[in-house]
Order: sequence, then structure tokens, then C-alpha cells
Amino acid sequence: MNLTDSALLNSYSLYALYSAMAVYALAFIAFAVDLARRSSAVGAIEAAELIETDAASPAGFTASAGSTVTLKRPVLSRISARMDNDAALPYGRSSSLRVGVALTVLAWALHLAATIMRGFAADRVPWANMYEFAMTGTLLIMTVFLIVLVRSDLRFLGTFVTGLVLVLLGVAALQFYVEVAPLPPALQSAWLVIHVFVASLATGMFALGFALSAVQLLQFRRENSALEAAAAPRSAVASALRLRFLATLPSSATLENLSYRINIIGFILWTFTLMAGSIWAEQAWGRYWGWDTKEVWTFIIWVIYAGYIHARATRGWRGSRSAWLSIIGFSAVMFNFGIVNVFFKGLHAYSGL
Amino acid sequence: MQPKLGLTGWLRWFWRQLTSMRTALFLLLMLAIASIPGSLVPQRTSDPNGVTQYFTDNPDLAPILDKLQAFDVYTSAWFSSIYLLLFISLIGCVIPRTKHHFQALRAKPPTTPARLGRLSGFTTQDAPAHTDARDAITHARTVLKSSGYRVARFDSDTESSVSAERGYLRETGNLVFHAALVGILVTVGFGGGYGFSGQRVLVEGQTFVNTLLAYDSFNPGRFFDDSTLDPYTLSLDDFSVSYEQRNLQAYGQPIDFTADVTVTPKGEAAEPSAVKVNGPLRTNGTSIYLLGNGYAPTIQVTAPDGTVVFSDSVPFLPQDANLTSLGIVKVPDGLAEQLGMIGFFYPTQDKAASGANFSSYPDLEYPLLTLNVYTGDLGLNAGVPTSVYALDTDTLTQQTGGKTDVASIELKPGESAALPGDLGTVSFVDNNPTASAAGDFTQSVPRFASFDIHHDPTQIWLISFSLLVLFGLFTGLLVPRRRVWVKATTRIDGTVHLEYAGLARGDDPALEAAVTTVADRHLKLLKTHQPVVAHPESI
Ligand code: HEM
Repeated sequence: MNLTDSALLNSYSLYALYSAMAVYALAFIAFAVDLARRSSAVGAIEAAELIETDAASPAGFTASAGSTVTLKRPVLSRISARMDNDAALPYGRSSSLRVGVALTVLAWALHLAATIMRGFAADRVPWANMYEFAMTGTLLIMTVFLIVLVRSDLRFLGTFVTGLVLVLLGVAALQFYVEVAPLPPALQSAWLVIHVFVASLATGMFALGFALSAVQLLQFRRENSALEAAAAPRSAVASALRLRFLATLPSSATLENLSYRINIIGFILWTFTLMAGSIWAEQAWGRYWGWDTKEVWTFIIWVIYAGYIHARATRGWRGSRSAWLSIIGFSAVMFNFGIVNVFFKGLHAYSGL
Repeated sequence: MQPKLGLTGWLRWFWRQLTSMRTALFLLLMLAIASIPGSLVPQRTSDPNGVTQYFTDNPDLAPILDKLQAFDVYTSAWFSSIYLLLFISLIGCVIPRTKHHFQALRAKPPTTPARLGRLSGFTTQDAPAHTDARDAITHARTVLKSSGYRVARFDSDTESSVSAERGYLRETGNLVFHAALVGILVTVGFGGGYGFSGQRVLVEGQTFVNTLLAYDSFNPGRFFDDSTLDPYTLSLDDFSVSYEQRNLQAYGQPIDFTADVTVTPKGEAAEPSAVKVNGPLRTNGTSIYLLGNGYAPTIQVTAPDGTVVFSDSVPFLPQDANLTSLGIVKVPDGLAEQLGMIGFFYPTQDKAASGANFSSYPDLEYPLLTLNVYTGDLGLNAGVPTSVYALDTDTLTQQTGGKTDVASIELKPGESAALPGDLGTVSFVDNNPTASAAGDFTQSVPRFASFDIHHDPTQIWLISFSLLVLFGLFTGLLVPRRRVWVKATTRIDGTVHLEYAGLARGDDPALEAAVTTVADRHLKLLKTHQPVVAHPESI
């Protein structure tokens, strides 16, 4: 491809990327609105129930005077057979949730276009420096999210996933942007394609696992205080908990199982990443393992998730403690990508800064 | 009062603690934490210069850290003890589990629980009319067997049932995974001992014979026998580099390094081959990697009487991306005094505003060699080995450049200059004078390549164990292990009541769906295989 075409294509890629970011931002807002609506719906139900119990009215609840609660309690969201929706207060798909998902798909398509155009502009895979790696990595995180949505209803994670991708893309575009450049010889390898691609897929899995574990912890707290609430006056507890929307999400046990299933896929992919990396290191540097900073952190992440899997099988470590390991694991992944690439010196100095 | 534990009692207690899941988890987390310091402090193995720099920058802290083995984290006593304990725990954990698993593989599935109602996916059905309970269970057995379950049937007067289990591969995978980890550790631990790694710099046109003496540096493993070196020869015929020239954003960035070589195994014909940055050459049991390259200007020193006392292509070490390179020339004999020179080579020389030379492009566009000349004692006679890439100037007197008033010698390819003090002349020999005369300097200076040559007989083991690790992970984490039961009870009125239920052993998202599928297939089979004629007596 000649240079002017390449430059033109690269500028289209940038336009597409900025548009994708704008649409992700709108999707983020829609998802946030959905959470807010869930909270207020829960508030309304609780208020209604309070009146209901006070008046000892018969089961099947009606809106009480003054408030117009249109939400019927058994609005079950259609959830795939793989996940029981055992939410305390099942909640359907609000229009803002639908809008959020639709916008996310649109932004994802723009994001995909931006990445592909960058690849064609550079005439190689678009993940050879920090900017491109962030672009492709976030694209894969989003792809993993959208694919998982088909199988389990994790739409409630939309705020987290769009928010994460938006922040990463923003940093990449503003801090790490570099012009198209050819691959230096050290990166000319089929293993670049495999190693980095699988690492990004694993990161996508770990991101979802992280979010589920975080929600699991919050949900666990809510469930515990709900138990206490049986003894304590209800309104005090309800107001103590600002994250009311949690009542519309699956139980902490379900969230834990989901997080585990996603994290083990991530772990298998990460194991493969580590192995592919060693094979590449052997070809490029003549040794398969040398405790280079990046290798160290890849190893640390691997061990943390091995610990997470063990924790799930260890008495006393299921539940919240293992959730913390999943959270620490993903923090290490982000650290490896953000901090180690930029501030640590080592052989993986491909960041193009 | 607690009973006293004898020594064996204590040992047994200790062993049980060590091989518990809790300890494994603790050691894993410790391993993760213990790995961190090695990424914060430079390590001797991966970054020796960084360590030296660290000592200069932190003269107080560095010795303390050194005592704590912070510069050798991954071979330190504390790091090693964590992973050794972990692996002892692992072995102590895996052996009994393997034994147990072998027994489980031979055992029959357990008897059907009296009550299935509380188990997962519990489903009840009325069998089609005229079904016989035992026949129904025979069919259930067929369905389960064809789905890969191991089955055992149980019959009594009033009820028949089949108990089925599948997914033994899950535990097999888990055991294979852990055992393969031990395999990797052992291979890495001992493997290095059987190989060697060596370095050798070759200038275009030079040949190397794979023998101990020919290496610039050689690191044999503990168990390596030098006499097993296979004396093949390796010649560097040509080293070609291409630089980006169209894209101004990346102008001068190298896009390809290729070392064209000829390999001649002992007693065999020569074979042309190539070594590239990501493409090592595997030959004669060794792997040859291309790890560095640069220019090797050909320098000649002639005594006043015309005898050539030095003539060699000297590898100059690159100092920056545009290949400003630094090289050392030592001439111990043949001149009135011992002579040392520190040279800078600029493939495309340019002058900064300060007057300092620099290179503005890595290829040979406008090459220039500058030399600072020293005379005196080169220190070669003391018997202490000295590096060919360093000149100890303490015992030397500087004659040109630096604080002396004499300008450094500056040479273009093909030029010569007189050495100070009538010592003789120094020439920068042009490799291809005809081309240079026409303004094309690209052939004027030979290049060198530095090769790492390794022999590692254990890589094939590592790959095999890694594949086992992956296999173990896939099966150990993703194959569901589950039990399924089908029970048929004959009611007083002669109709048959069917019950289905399952039990997960480990994470099993699809258990309920699996039980439902078994039930559906079973009922379908009953309907098609239970023609009225099968039981003529009941008509
Ligand atoms: C180098 C140290 C270790 C690593 C990296 C490691 C890693 C893992 C991984 C990745 C798994 C899930 C894979 C699978 O199920 O196939 C696993 C499972 C397991 N490991 Fe380890 N392990 C280590 C040491 C140990 C030790 C010392 C023990 C015994 C105390 C142990 C006992 C188990 C058990 C029982 C499981 C099954 C967990 C379950 O059912 O979910 N592991 N280990």
C-alpha cells in the first residue's frame, strides 16, 4: 500500500475510534440509568411492602395510595437455562438497558472497524505497540462481553465494561498514540499474533470475572444485612444500603459460580499465553524463561489465579475470600498492562513510547 | 488430657498439614508475593548492568538488599524454599489422590439413594402404560451407557434403578496437570545441566568451528561434557539489513536483519542457510540465535618501516539506534610503544551545533571513523584477562582527542593518517573502493553479527509437559463429573413411576440440563420400544 493511502486509512481509523468512544460513553450513561431505575424500583417495592406488612394486607401487592408503582413483582427476566435468576426482586429489561446494549453493539462495530483499518494501514496485525495493543485488547474485552451476553444475562455489568473500555481507550488514544510504523525485527513473528491475541482474550475473561466478583461481594453484604434485617427495623437497613439495585441482581452464590466459570476459561487462556510467550522468547532471545519483568508479572498473575481456583476448593475460602483473589488477580492484569509496560524496563520494551 | 504425640505422630501431623489444601493455597499466595521484588529490583541474571548501576545509585541500600538476595530473587534461599515446599506438598497431595482415583476407576457407581427428591434436576414421570419396571431400567441403562456413563443396576421386588457416573476424566486431568507441573520443575531444574550456551561474534567472511576454544564465552551446564561438542563450521557470508525509508515517521527503523551463513557439518557438504532475529537456525543439535549486529571497520596499523603490525576488522559496539559505535584497538607489539585506540564509528556522520559528531542514520551513507590514540602499558603482560571491548587508560598516556590539544584522528574509508610521535600510520581500509569512489559507501565497511549458540536437550520434554499441562487443565476444569440415577417403582395398580436425578461432583453448570436430556431420551425410547405386543399377557 502506498503511504498516502496508509495515512488516509489511519486517519479514518482514528475517526472511527473516536466515534466508538463517543457511543461507548452514551452506552455507559444508558447502563447507569438502568441501574438507577433498578434502585428506585426496588425502593418502591420495599416501600409498598412496608405498607403491606403494616396493614397485613393479603398477598399479591397493589400500589398504595399516593405512589404509582407500576412494577408487578413477578416480572421475570428471560434468562438462559444456564443461569438461574435467583434475584431477590427479579426485574425485567428496562428500555435504558436495551438502549445500552444496542449502543454498545454499535460502538463495538465502530471499534472493530477502527482496529481493522489500523491493521490495513500498517499492513500487519494491529497490536504491535501500546496504542494498538490497547485498541485490540479492549475490542476483545468487549467481544467477550457481547458473546457472553448471548449465553448468560450479564447486562447489568454494562456500566462496568463500557466504563473500563472507555477509560483504557481514552488513555491509549491520548497518551500512547503513535503513527503507523513497520514492525521491528524482534516482533516479526507468528507468535506475536498468537501470544498477544490470546492474552487479550484472557484479559477479557478476567475483566468479567473481576466485575462479577466485585458485585458478588456487594451482594453478599446486602444478603447478610437482609438477614439481620429480620431482627432489626427494616427501614434503617434499607436506607443504610444505597446500592438498592443489587436486589435485582442474582444472588451472591450465583454470581460466584458465574465468576468462577468465566475465570477458569481466562486461566486456561492465560496458561496458554504464558507458554506461547516462552516459545516466542526462545525463538527471539534464545531462552524460554529469563525472569524479565513482564515474564515475572505474567507468572504472578498465573499463580494468583491458580490460588483463586484452589481457594474455591478450600474450606473457609469459598465465597468472599476467593472473590478477593479474583479481584486481586485482575488488578495484577491491569498493573501488568498499564504500569509494567510503561514504567518498568525490560525486554518487552515494545510500548513505542 | 491430650494423648502425647510421639515423633512419628508429630511427623504425621506435620505431613498432613503440609499436604492440606489450605497449605497449598498459602504457599501459592506466598509464591506470588515472593515473585514481586524481582520485578522491582534489577536481577543479576537478566540485567547485570542494572545491578551495577543500582549499587552506584544506592550505595547504602544495595549491600543490605544483596544480603537478602534481592538481586538473585529467583535462585534465593527464600524463594526456593517456597516453591520446593509447594512442590513437596503437591507430590504429597497428588500421590494419595492418584491411588484413590485408580480405585474409583475400578469401583462400581454407588447404590441409588433412597430418596432422589432432594437432588439436582429431580424429574418424575409416569411410564407409558404396560411398561415393566425392569425393562424400563434396562432402557435407561442403554441411554446412560450410550452417553458415556459407567452404570450399575439395582433390582428389588418393588423397584429397579440404575446408578450412573461419568467424568472420571476430570480427576485424571487434574492429576495429569499437577504431575506435569512437577515434570516441568524437574526438567527446568536439571535440564540446564545437560546443555551449554556460548557466544561468538563473526565478521562477514569469518568462519567459526564449534569447539570450546572458538567461543568468545562459553557456559556449560554442570553435566555437560565438552568432548561431545560437534565440530561443525559456521561461516557468516553476508549480513544484510534493511531500513525503513518510505515512512518518515519511522525513518531509519530496521525492518529486517538476515545473516546469510554456510553450515558445514563435519565430513559433509556445505549448506547455505540463514539466521534471522525471530528465526534461529537449528543445526547439528544446536540452536543458533542472532542477538546483535553492528559494524566492524577494517583497521590497519603500519610501523614506520612499512611492516603491517595490525590488520583486522574490529567489531564496534552500537551505542544508539543510529549505530554510533564504540570500538577498541590494541597493538601490543611491533611499534616503539604499546598502542591503544578508542574509536567511534558513525555510519552517517553529522555534526551537532556543539561541534560533536553523531550518526543520523544507521546505514552507511557517509561513514566516518574517529580515533583517540593512547600509548603506554596496555596491561596485557600481567596475565590478568582483559576484555577486548574495554581499554584501561590508567596506565596510558592520551595522545589525541579529549584534553590533549591534538585533534582526534578522523578517517573516511580508504584514508590513512600518521600516528602521533612518529609511531607509524593508521588506515581505515575500504572494503569496496570502486563503489566508494562512485559515492556509494554501502559496501565500504563490513558488518558483524553476534550469535548465541545453545544446546538444550530438554526442550522437547518441556514442550511435552506443557502440552500435558494444557490437556490437564482443559479436562480437569471443563469436563463435568456427575452422577445420574434413574429409578422405576411399580405402584400397586401396576403402573410404573419413573424418577430421575443427578449430583454434581465439582462445578457443573449443565447438570440439570443433562438430567432432563436423559429423561427425555429415556421416555422416547420407552414409547418406541414398548409396543403393546411386547406384553401379550396384559392385553
Ligand atoms: C505448583 C503448585 C500448584 C499449582 C500451580 C496448582 C494449580 C492448580 C490448578 C490450575 C488447578 C485447577 C486445574 C484442574 O483442576 O485440573 C488445581 C486444582 C487442584 N489442586 Fe492444585 N496446584 C498446585 C499445587 C497443589 C497442591 C500442593 C495441592 C494439594 C494440597 C493441590 C490440590 C489441588 C486440588 C484438590 C485441586 C482440585 C480443585 C477443584 O476441585 O476445584 N494443588 N491446582
